[in-house]
Amino acid sequence: MKLGLIIISAIFINNFVLSQFLGICPFLGVSKKIDTAVGMSVAVTFVMGLASVICWAVQIFILNPMGIGYMQTIAFILVIAGLVQFVEMVIKKTSPTLYQALGIYLPLITTNCAVLGVAILNIDKSYNLIESLINGVGGGLGFSLAIILFAGVRERLELAPTPKALEGFPIAMIAASLFSIAFLGFSGLFSGLL
Amino acid sequence: MNLWKDFSNGLIKENPTFRLVLGTCPTLAVTTAVFNGIGMGIAAAAVLIGSNLIISLIKKIVPNEVRIPIYIVVIATFTTIVQMLIQAFSPALDKSLGIYIPLIVVNCIIIARAEAFAAKNPVINSIMDGIGMGIGFTVALTIISSVREILGAGTFLGMPLFGEAFEPFLIMILPPGGFLVFGLSIAAFNKITSLRKS
Repeated sequence: MKLGLIIISAIFINNFVLSQFLGICPFLGVSKKIDTAVGMSVAVTFVMGLASVICWAVQIFILNPMGIGYMQTIAFILVIAGLVQFVEMVIKKTSPTLYQALGIYLPLITTNCAVLGVAILNIDKSYNLIESLINGVGGGLGFSLAIILFAGVRERLELAPTPKALEGFPIAMIAASLFSIAFLGFSGLFSGLL
Repeated sequence: MNLWKDFSNGLIKENPTFRLVLGTCPTLAVTTAVFNGIGMGIAAAAVLIGSNLIISLIKKIVPNEVRIPIYIVVIATFTTIVQMLIQAFSPALDKSLGIYIPLIVVNCIIIARAEAFAAKNPVINSIMDGIGMGIGFTVALTIISSVREILGAGTFLGMPLFGEAFEPFLIMILPPGGFLVFGLSIAAFNKITSLRKS
């Protein structure tokens, strides 16, 4: 039951992009076309799930026993950077087609704050291993939902006549704002249970 | 003269928030109140100045292939220092910025300046660039958070501005208001700079 709530909450109610403002840079940067948005979201979901598990293990088995919790930021960002590099190498060796599709997005993920954000949030909320994994994957799915829908909107926006000063980022932000209003509709869902 | 150019670059010409549109996550997330906006601006500026200084010092001994991980470790170290200072001296700010303090590590402004400026320029210039960019970021956060706090809560730095009759635009301090105010401020910035040129 709790796992179900975590995943629904991560996708809809506390959507990482639209209500917690994590991962805005790729959300704005890689959402010009639906294809690239899909590639980015697959890569992010995968890395978020893996990073949640590994960072949780690093915190519980290394940082906590040694009493060096203050090293959390440095340890986590190194784990994530190493992980992204490792995933890139594995994909390159095992599946060249997948590598071609995802390759250019992988290095960008290191500086995606949703990945570091979900790792820190898991520890802050003292989730266990399974809950961390579910939160990571759910967060990734929430990111995917937001970025793919938004890419659809932006493909249309390209064709619409826009005032000069609003071209590019400003009109995209205003569209994101309307999106975020739509997602506000989910707040309060299950408020009695969470 | 050159130093002044490096310093002023971050203020308007390459303002990190309005012109380069970097570091958007903290810009949107913490600007619900002016106090948080200024706090985040100063914290990020401190990390930026420190990391620009160190990266500029070590630029000759860092092998090119592993430069990004090394930059990230330098930035993460300064972020941890800033996080500890905030926890010690301003627990209220620590509580309201929360997770966004450790996330300064992945603020793209800092890694972008390390890569684009500090790794190629002398120490003094890099410090000036850090200060300029830091001030540009702080001013941008202050502007956005002022609009959001005044309209969304009817207060400025916690002081009530309007009478009892004022009904706050609650949407402004909710997530949609963040996107809306940020988008409109970029548009206003573009308009003003294009008017000045013509």
